[in-house]
Amino acid sequence: MFSYCSDPSVLEGLAWLSCYLTTGTHLLFYASFGTVLLLLAITAPIALLFGYGGAMASRSRVAPLRWFGTIYTSMVRGVPDIIFFLFVPIALDQGLEWLRHKALCDSDAPVRQGNDFVVCAAAKLPLSTSPEWVHDIYAMTLAVIAFSVVFGAFAANVLHGAMQAVPRAQLETAEAYGMTPPQVTRRILVPQMWTYALPGLSNLWMILIKATPLLFLLGIEDIVYWARELGGAKTRSFAYPHPDWRLYYFLVVLVFYLLMTWISERVLGRVTARLTRGQATMAGEAQRKAGAL
Amino acid sequence: MTCAQTILDYGLRSLGIGERLLPRSDFTLCQQVTLIGSGLIWNLYFAFFALLFGFFLATGLALAKTSANSWLRKPANAFIFLFRGSPLFIQFFLAYEALVLLPRAGVEILGLTVATSWLAKAWAGALIVLTLNTAAYSAQIFHGALMAVPKGDIEAAEAYGMTGWTKFRRILWPTMLRLAWPSYTNEAIFLFHATTLVFFSGFPAFQQRGDSLYYASYFAGQTFNPFVAYPIVAGYFILCTLALIALFGIVNRRLNRHLPGTVKRVRYRPQIFR
Repeated sequence: MFSYCSDPSVLEGLAWLSCYLTTGTHLLFYASFGTVLLLLAITAPIALLFGYGGAMASRSRVAPLRWFGTIYTSMVRGVPDIIFFLFVPIALDQGLEWLRHKALCDSDAPVRQGNDFVVCAAAKLPLSTSPEWVHDIYAMTLAVIAFSVVFGAFAANVLHGAMQAVPRAQLETAEAYGMTPPQVTRRILVPQMWTYALPGLSNLWMILIKATPLLFLLGIEDIVYWARELGGAKTRSFAYPHPDWRLYYFLVVLVFYLLMTWISERVLGRVTARLTRGQATMAGEAQRKAGAL
Repeated sequence: MTCAQTILDYGLRSLGIGERLLPRSDFTLCQQVTLIGSGLIWNLYFAFFALLFGFFLATGLALAKTSANSWLRKPANAFIFLFRGSPLFIQFFLAYEALVLLPRAGVEILGLTVATSWLAKAWAGALIVLTLNTAAYSAQIFHGALMAVPKGDIEAAEAYGMTGWTKFRRILWPTMLRLAWPSYTNEAIFLFHATTLVFFSGFPAFQQRGDSLYYASYFAGQTFNPFVAYPIVAGYFILCTLALIALFGIVNRRLNRHLPGTVKRVRYRPQIFR
């Protein structure tokens, strides 16, 4: 990075540290914080969409759809989420490759042969000829889908509860005015459910932040991966030899997460206060009285 | 090999009893169910002791958090923020790296050599992390419940001349537990689910003695087939979760026995917080 970094072995003290902290791998480490934020930014809206779909499905009048919604919303209650994180990407990958195998390969050989999963070269995902970044994007996409499915189920739980909490009389009044079920949903249910859903959703955001280190288990080069790589003891054969520093790297990661949750708490507190304004709830009433004083 | 033989060989494999070598090829369903079930012993061990120790620690922390003395309140708040604000996964990594740094020969305290190598093992190190983690989450719940104890109850206790420990033991604590119990049930379930993280974080599985998810991912990795092993471990967890809900439901009925009609059925509507 700096001009004086050409020969690290002669450096001392702060100069050494400044060179060490700006090596190529360290820049990748800093960039991986961006990966985490990117995952959060992509996953949160998709998960919310999944959750909305799940919650609507579990309220549906069509029985199979309702069963599907109920199973989806309740699946995360009994089973640890990490199992889904391990299961969904492999299952999805194999499912897609199997479909492509059916369509693209002319062999009739089964995909499962003993302990192997075999598809022809044309059906591989991504193709083995494709460049490195395609593999990275593919892995990240699978991770995003896994996160969205799991957090969609959590969000479905929250939104379902929020929809139940909207006073029944409101919906009945709307029906009495002659609104159709989609109209009732669009005009009455959805606008009113947010104030009930917000505590749950802000909680969910916190869980989502705290679940991002699991990216490491999915083979993504995230902050945990780099903290382990960079912190491990480096012998003389490396440009910057140092003993086992993983503890300090993990401390940095810990501080990053504490900051993230701390900032989120502040921001969500403000959003809650804004959304409660004028609501016919206890919190809204308290706000009104405080303002009147 | 019959299934009974497999159970004899692998039933306690996660504790290091029985056949040492894990199956390497021709995995039968029986082998998978047995080994994953064997790993479940670890999950139950971690959950049971973390909840047991964490419960008392959480009560202390909740009391410290309500204390007027800032020397008690501030550390309790910091502890709760630290463990609730960071991912458990990172806590495991950090704890492992810190515990490994302890000198191998043991620490000299007042002329006595205290062995420290056991702390870096999963059974102790991960248990400590899980205990502190659940204590922080439970303390937050207990604190909320303590704040919600009706003022009249405390005034009545004081009118009867109760003070200090007696008032706490007879009035505050039972009411706090009663109010906190639904949320605490939730926390217990989440903690039980979190035990699956132990062998995926810093802590190594000594001689392949891992928990149920460790074996499930072993099978999934060996067979390239996630559709058998993961549903098995999911099934085990659903059963255990139901048992946990039933168990906590019994306690809930006992806590509410003086209030007829309040407990209809413990409705497990998860308030998600972790």
